[in-house]
Amino acid sequence: MEIRDICEGTNLLEVKGLEVHYIVDKDVSRAVNGISFVINEGETLGLVGETGAGKTTTALALIGLLPMPPGKIVQGEILYKGTNLVGQNERYMRKKRGGDITMIFQDPMTSLNPLISVGNQIMEVVLLHENLSKLEATKRAKMMLETVGIPGDRYNDFPYQFSGGMKQRVMIAMALACDPRFLIADEPTTALDVTIQAQVLKLMNNLKKERNTAVLLITHDLGVVAEVCNRVAVMYAGHIVENGPVEQIFNDMRHPYTQGLFFAIPDLDSESEFLKSLEGLMPDPMHLPEGCPFHPRCSHCMEKCKTEVPPNLEVTPGHLVKCHLYP
Amino acid sequence: MKKLLEIKNLKKYFPTELGRLHAVDDVSFSLEQGKTLGVVGESGCGKSTLARVVVHLLEATGGQIFFEGKNVTNPNKSQMHTLRQNMQMVFQDPYASLNPRMSVSEIIGEPLKIYHINRNRKEYNTRVDEIMDTVGLASRLANSYPHELDGGRRQRVGIGRALALKPKFIACDEPVSALDVSIQAQILNLLKRLQKDFQVAYIFITHDLSVVRHISNDIAVMYMGTLVEKSDSKELFRSNFHPYTKALLSAIPRPKIGANKERILLRGEITSPIEPSEMCRFAPRCGYATEKCFKEKPLLEELLPNHFVACHHVREVNNLLD
Repeated sequence: MEIRDICEGTNLLEVKGLEVHYIVDKDVSRAVNGISFVINEGETLGLVGETGAGKTTTALALIGLLPMPPGKIVQGEILYKGTNLVGQNERYMRKKRGGDITMIFQDPMTSLNPLISVGNQIMEVVLLHENLSKLEATKRAKMMLETVGIPGDRYNDFPYQFSGGMKQRVMIAMALACDPRFLIADEPTTALDVTIQAQVLKLMNNLKKERNTAVLLITHDLGVVAEVCNRVAVMYAGHIVENGPVEQIFNDMRHPYTQGLFFAIPDLDSESEFLKSLEGLMPDPMHLPEGCPFHPRCSHCMEKCKTEVPPNLEVTPGHLVKCHLYP
Repeated sequence: MKKLLEIKNLKKYFPTELGRLHAVDDVSFSLEQGKTLGVVGESGCGKSTLARVVVHLLEATGGQIFFEGKNVTNPNKSQMHTLRQNMQMVFQDPYASLNPRMSVSEIIGEPLKIYHINRNRKEYNTRVDEIMDTVGLASRLANSYPHELDGGRRQRVGIGRALALKPKFIACDEPVSALDVSIQAQILNLLKRLQKDFQVAYIFITHDLSVVRHISNDIAVMYMGTLVEKSDSKELFRSNFHPYTKALLSAIPRPKIGANKERILLRGEITSPIEPSEMCRFAPRCGYATEKCFKEKPLLEELLPNHFVACHHVREVNNLLD
């Protein structure tokens, strides 16, 4: 398959005004507050943000794994190939999940079943979603293992016999076994060492190109984003504060939070003694501030920011910023 | 400047059912007052064990540790009591390393009580306030408990506790790995400022190479319990000679568009550190390995002034043949 130019891909997934709350007794934790984005076929969108920004909640909502209760999709639509996934029954979601839409979880150590051989775990997915015999499914599982660089004769080995990087490969094999159109990868390399991370990223990049899979990559590592993403969405306190092509975000970031994130990373090429750090902490989702959620930490804060939520503004084509600085 | 800490041929083996696991094998280095030695390597390479042996949380299997010129490898109880005042540690996980039943002021004040530093309650309270102020904790948090604090503040408590006795040396074991980048920057700045103000020496253990370059004067690269390369930190990023260092540095994803696309991908993963044979431990993954590498252990040699490398083929690999 040819590597298609990202701009020409067709709209595969569209999220419109998604709002997710966690409701415990009378307390409402506003985890995701009206986010919208589009992922085209074959495109990789990086969802970046710090702990508690709502990245994982977004992912779980997309794949229909949000624990409900306490979770609740209050508003918004998730359109997959034009069909709204919000409000679909469990039977429908089960068919989609693992087949069309799949997910790789952060921790490969705990997301595999320790009592089932890795081969059988992959085979199970194939049997559920494809009309294949057990023998054919076994063959497919073996092939998938080999695709991710694990010898097929380790089919009958158990997760404990694999190292962290190998387990993450098994997860990738499982996620790609039914040739999904859309893959959600939640911090797929965070638990891995850099040299192993490099192997896994290269593998994901190759497979993605071969199969033209669209990917939502959740991460807090901007280095990983620079390497694999076409577009980036920066999340803060449940809002997407900036969204645009990766070159735009890295070379011309506009939102003060995005700028803060970039300045906080020690640069391998600079000699500065102290880092520019963002003071303060992310707000508690139970008590979000009025107006722009970032205003208490923002050095450009104006009166307007304290009362009005800024609108999404397109500063250059495809580059959206949610900040009052840009009228 | 005077050497504060000197480590000679330090070894730490753990007994296992299959034999001895060589966690730290023949590691030597020294550290001056007010300086930072960064130790990098991947999980399981023995960097945390090294830090723990140096501060005597684990007993060394072999080798010597000198602190301010005195041999302190096997201190007795009273010697340890004196030594601990100058040797402290900051731990990786700020969630697990604080006693959940003690308040912030109790945690920070405990070392002061153990060493009877203060003559009366008033002096003690002033000192605790002072330490909290130094590490950037608001005094209203004095009676809070760890579970009420976020990760960044907890790590500040851990640093405050380590700092309470005004030690000359602190071993920091991945102190920012559990924190978000914006919080990580706050803690790194704090550690740097404390070093300037109090002339503390750090051993800074981390797997994050951009962090280690930022904070260290010297960097030691570890692979399976051995030092493979050691040099000035800026120098190491400019020119590095060991094949493992090269692969490690090239594997860092850089937050820049179009940055390092050339990448040395290593084959396979770390091999077993249980009873390893006399050989270069990196050889099974090394693209340049020859028969010699599987038979002989390379020694650390000073290739350039203050730049040490342990590799049989360092000259061929880097075209340094003369």
